[in-house]
Amino acid sequence: MGEARAPLVEIRRLAKSYWRGGQPVPVLSDINLEIAEGDFLALMGPSGSGKSTLLNLIAGIDKPDAGELRVAGEDITRLSEAELADWRAANVGFVFQFYNLMPVLTAFENVELPLMLTRLARRERRERVDMMLSLVGLAGRASHYPSELSGGQQQRVAIARAIVGDPRLIVADEPTGDLDRVSAAEILHLLQRLNRELGKTVIMVTHDANAASAARAVIHLDKGELVAEP
Amino acid sequence: MTAHVLKLIVKNALRHKLRTALTAAGIVVAILSFGLLQTVIGAWYAGANAASDARLVTRNAISLAFPMPLSYASRIRAVDGVAAVTHANWFGGVYQDPKNFFAQFAVDARTYLDLFPEFRLSEAERTAFLRDRKGAIVGRKLANQYGFKVGDSIPLRGTIFPGQWEFVVRGIYDGGKPTTDTSQMLFQWDYLNESMLKTFPRRANQVGFYVVRIENPDDAAAVSRAIDEQFKNSIAETVTETEKAFQLGFVSMSEAIVVAIRVVSFVVIVIILAVMANTMAMSARERLAEYATLKALGFGPGFLATLILGESVAICAAGAAAGIALTFPVAAAFSAKMGTLFPVFHVELATLVMQAAAALVVGLAAAVVPSLRSARISIVNGLRHAG
Repeated sequence: MGEARAPLVEIRRLAKSYWRGGQPVPVLSDINLEIAEGDFLALMGPSGSGKSTLLNLIAGIDKPDAGELRVAGEDITRLSEAELADWRAANVGFVFQFYNLMPVLTAFENVELPLMLTRLARRERRERVDMMLSLVGLAGRASHYPSELSGGQQQRVAIARAIVGDPRLIVADEPTGDLDRVSAAEILHLLQRLNRELGKTVIMVTHDANAASAARAVIHLDKGELVAEP
Repeated sequence: MTAHVLKLIVKNALRHKLRTALTAAGIVVAILSFGLLQTVIGAWYAGANAASDARLVTRNAISLAFPMPLSYASRIRAVDGVAAVTHANWFGGVYQDPKNFFAQFAVDARTYLDLFPEFRLSEAERTAFLRDRKGAIVGRKLANQYGFKVGDSIPLRGTIFPGQWEFVVRGIYDGGKPTTDTSQMLFQWDYLNESMLKTFPRRANQVGFYVVRIENPDDAAAVSRAIDEQFKNSIAETVTETEKAFQLGFVSMSEAIVVAIRVVSFVVIVIILAVMANTMAMSARERLAEYATLKALGFGPGFLATLILGESVAICAAGAAAGIALTFPVAAAFSAKMGTLFPVFHVELATLVMQAAAALVVGLAAAVVPSLRSARISIVNGLRHAG
């Protein structure tokens, strides 16, 4: 995948099953994949194809049953829960379908959250948060609560939160799934800017072919396996 | 970081204002009830707590209802280690109506006041009391309850000592300590004795109990034994014990009630713990997606536990603060309503500490299970609760 750039994500023979009714149900099997640094990859596939599971594994919020998964040279399958938490805080920005903002925090405070895990001084945090909110076009909405923002605005706050810690990797699970067409286009444009202008590696799960077209590359999953484009 | 955590805790606590307010109101009632019941228990033990280590009480070995000869006084005074002796009788008169209960003692006035310096009286009142055969002094609480003033006449109908008795208030004493009983009436033992000489001569020169001041409180056991030894094989053998043990003897008569009150006070806390645990479980369940998001961002299980524990403790602290603050006026109103039933009824520091500790325990215990569940939930499962 990608061009001649070094791979940021390297996946070898990755497998994952879930247990239902005492029986293992394979979700991913024998996945081999490389994602180059600076890539913008769309993961597509029908429901239950394993695309969100693969995204979760890459993001370090789930663990595989077998295989290797290296991100920036680090085999994250060998990290403990606490080490994984630190690794995610430093390397991964999350964008969720339903934004997952803290409803009791303002837009500013939501974006500031990941910085609470850093040693940055208050002034530095404020500068960074202001910069991120400006980047996503919400400089004037810093003091607004999520309930006072539209879906598209909330997702932009979520994107600002995802990039405020300057992670190398941004994972987005159906980031436009809950948005109208105009807002979805704005979000996709924003993700493209992050990829092109800031060099962030973006991996996006989507059902929507239009959304996938914003990515530089698209891969398809079906029944837990990578397949050629249908 | 700490400021942000506190801010998040407060904001979370206020997220469902009605739920939080109702829970906090429950805690207010529980902590208030707990404090009030503990104060009632404290009032039960007030006499024992106010007792002096340097005072012994000698009574008839059969029972307090049986008197002892007045002649014992000089023999007790002669025992090694005894510094002073006074005597008194429980009078048990009725003031207007039997429901108007208060303690009345016929006392050897001069020596009694010397042995009980915590009964604070002005010199003029003391002199007036000592000079008047029919004089009496009443405690401040008793005076306030019935509106007794110096110079007022108090008529009592005798029950143990039959007849109509008339006393004149010559002074109102205050307590030297908060635990001093100021709901008593004291009058001249000589007045009682002279009346008995005229009406029931066989009951004259009989004493209900002796109060003995000893030179060294460490010698209480030895002096008690020595006093009782004096009257062994006599017609009125004695039992001498410390004033505290004497007072606890009264408490033990109603120990079942005290135990029941104590149990109820803790049951109240257990009930509010269940209510609080339910509130926290509901809150944590509603926020599983948020907790999963925080974990995904890199926050550890300890952070989530801090949020939940903090919120639980904050709600409990708010309720407890109001409950503790309300304990004082409610206890005062309760005391006024109860009159002299509880001679000493004040909220002790230990009660406040217990109230605060109970609230803290409720706050922490209620959050344990939700904290563990939230901390242990996998991020993937938690995120499924979103939307």
